[in-house]
Amino acid sequence: MPDAPALSVEGLVVRYGGVAAVRDVSFEVGRGEIVGLVGPNGAGKSSTLMAIMGAVPPSAGDVRMGGRSIRGKSPEDIARSGISLVPEGRHIFSNLSVRENLRLGLVGRRESNGVGKDLEWIQSLFPVVKDFADRHAASLSGGQQQQLAIARALLAKPDILILDEPSLGLAPVVVQAVWEALREINRQGVTVLLVEQRAQITVSFCSRTYVMSNGQLRMTLTPGDADNTERMVHAYFAS
Amino acid sequence: MTALQYIIDGIALGSVYALVAVGLALVFGVMRLVNFAHGELITAAAYTLYLTASWPKVFALAMSLLVAVALALLMELVVFRRLRYAPPATALIATFAVAFALEAVWLIAFGPQGKSADVLSSLNQTATHGKLHIRWVTITMVGVGAALLAGTGVLLNRTRIGLEMRAAAADFRAARLLGVRANRVIGTAFVLGGLFAGVVALLLTASQPLVTPTFGLQVTILALVGVVVGGMDRLVSATLGGFAIGFANSLLGDVLPSSQGVFLTSFLYLLVIVVLVLRPGGLFVPGGAAARVERV
Repeated sequence: MPDAPALSVEGLVVRYGGVAAVRDVSFEVGRGEIVGLVGPNGAGKSSTLMAIMGAVPPSAGDVRMGGRSIRGKSPEDIARSGISLVPEGRHIFSNLSVRENLRLGLVGRRESNGVGKDLEWIQSLFPVVKDFADRHAASLSGGQQQQLAIARALLAKPDILILDEPSLGLAPVVVQAVWEALREINRQGVTVLLVEQRAQITVSFCSRTYVMSNGQLRMTLTPGDADNTERMVHAYFAS
Repeated sequence: MTALQYIIDGIALGSVYALVAVGLALVFGVMRLVNFAHGELITAAAYTLYLTASWPKVFALAMSLLVAVALALLMELVVFRRLRYAPPATALIATFAVAFALEAVWLIAFGPQGKSADVLSSLNQTATHGKLHIRWVTITMVGVGAALLAGTGVLLNRTRIGLEMRAAAADFRAARLLGVRANRVIGTAFVLGGLFAGVVALLLTASQPLVTPTFGLQVTILALVGVVVGGMDRLVSATLGGFAIGFANSLLGDVLPSSQGVFLTSFLYLLVIVVLVLRPGGLFVPGGAAARVERV
């Protein structure tokens, strides 16, 4: 289905026991877009991502990739179908070397050719994965680990790259470097869904940003809204 | 007996217990499950040796390894896969249930009396060098144990499935989100566990051919104690713990006067208590002495 959006979430509901963490959420990410999803802590952003990735079973709704439903698929099947997630907290394997962490990105890769070329591009984006290849991943700083996590996800050559709070705990200068890398990744044709708590920077960076709170989507913002403090505050705190 | 002979005997039994420990630790690594039914794989392989005693040796040995691997995979497929997302206590109780159910099967099928599985009894012949008398089975235990442990190291550190298993052992969900197939890594852990259990059965029956329904259980419980003493979270420390408990078991058995042989287990557990008090995090875990668990 060539006209279908890269990713669409339709009426998604996620429950933990009797508590609904995500309530009837629907949104789309077009091919080649950078789309943001912002909201305060506990808004249901990570639960939405976990449901997209098959790590949490949705109670209702559907998730479609290129028009085809991926609901009910296992996380490994979804990862192997072209969606890469950079999870919150990075989840670098600290017992493995940087090189080994990077190699794990190949597990979800659909095509075996072009690995060398992609690796060169990734190393140019994030030199740390080449410079510290033989180090234990645990010895990297938070910013370096974030770069490794994104590099690992890119080595899978995904159609869609999802990042869950990539700026968490990073210094502003490192965040800027990560953002520039994301822009370059997007220029290479990768669709990006960026999930963040930092609303202003995300809204100005993404072509469209959905605002989520209390498990529901509240509104959609465009880069022009980034300086509209009143609208931003309303989007964040109105329920 | 010379001190050197004690040490060689200790290394041999330590190697066997290290293989049991690796089997337990591989499954624990990827599933966070202490598989008490692991011992039944050893017993199944040992009884297979008894049943195939009239076959050519190679076929008998191959069949007993095959039975242990097949039973390991069957356990995973029929019981543990269904309980993969169950609370840890439920899965743990399930391993007890599988162990006791299989023990009852052995009791019904073979009776409480021991059956002789002396397929490899020729290994009990002694090689003499000066004052040193070493049974071939001792040399075989050391050689096979070292080869299999080295092979495991190569598999885990040099192959893709090994890398996936190490990643899954560290963070199973993160590994799956990268595309690591859960069934493949868990299945591989059970296959390796079954294979090692089969080899342990061959080595133990070569030394002590009488197989009873609790043949594998006794070894597994002691190896499990070794794994906990060594440090369960890391394969290397768990393996060293298994080796240490086997080594100590052999050494105490050699040193204690035969009249006090019945106290061997008591001495062994006393030693375990002392180690756990001094290093609660694990004997071979760096900084293990500092590990603390809060309980109320």
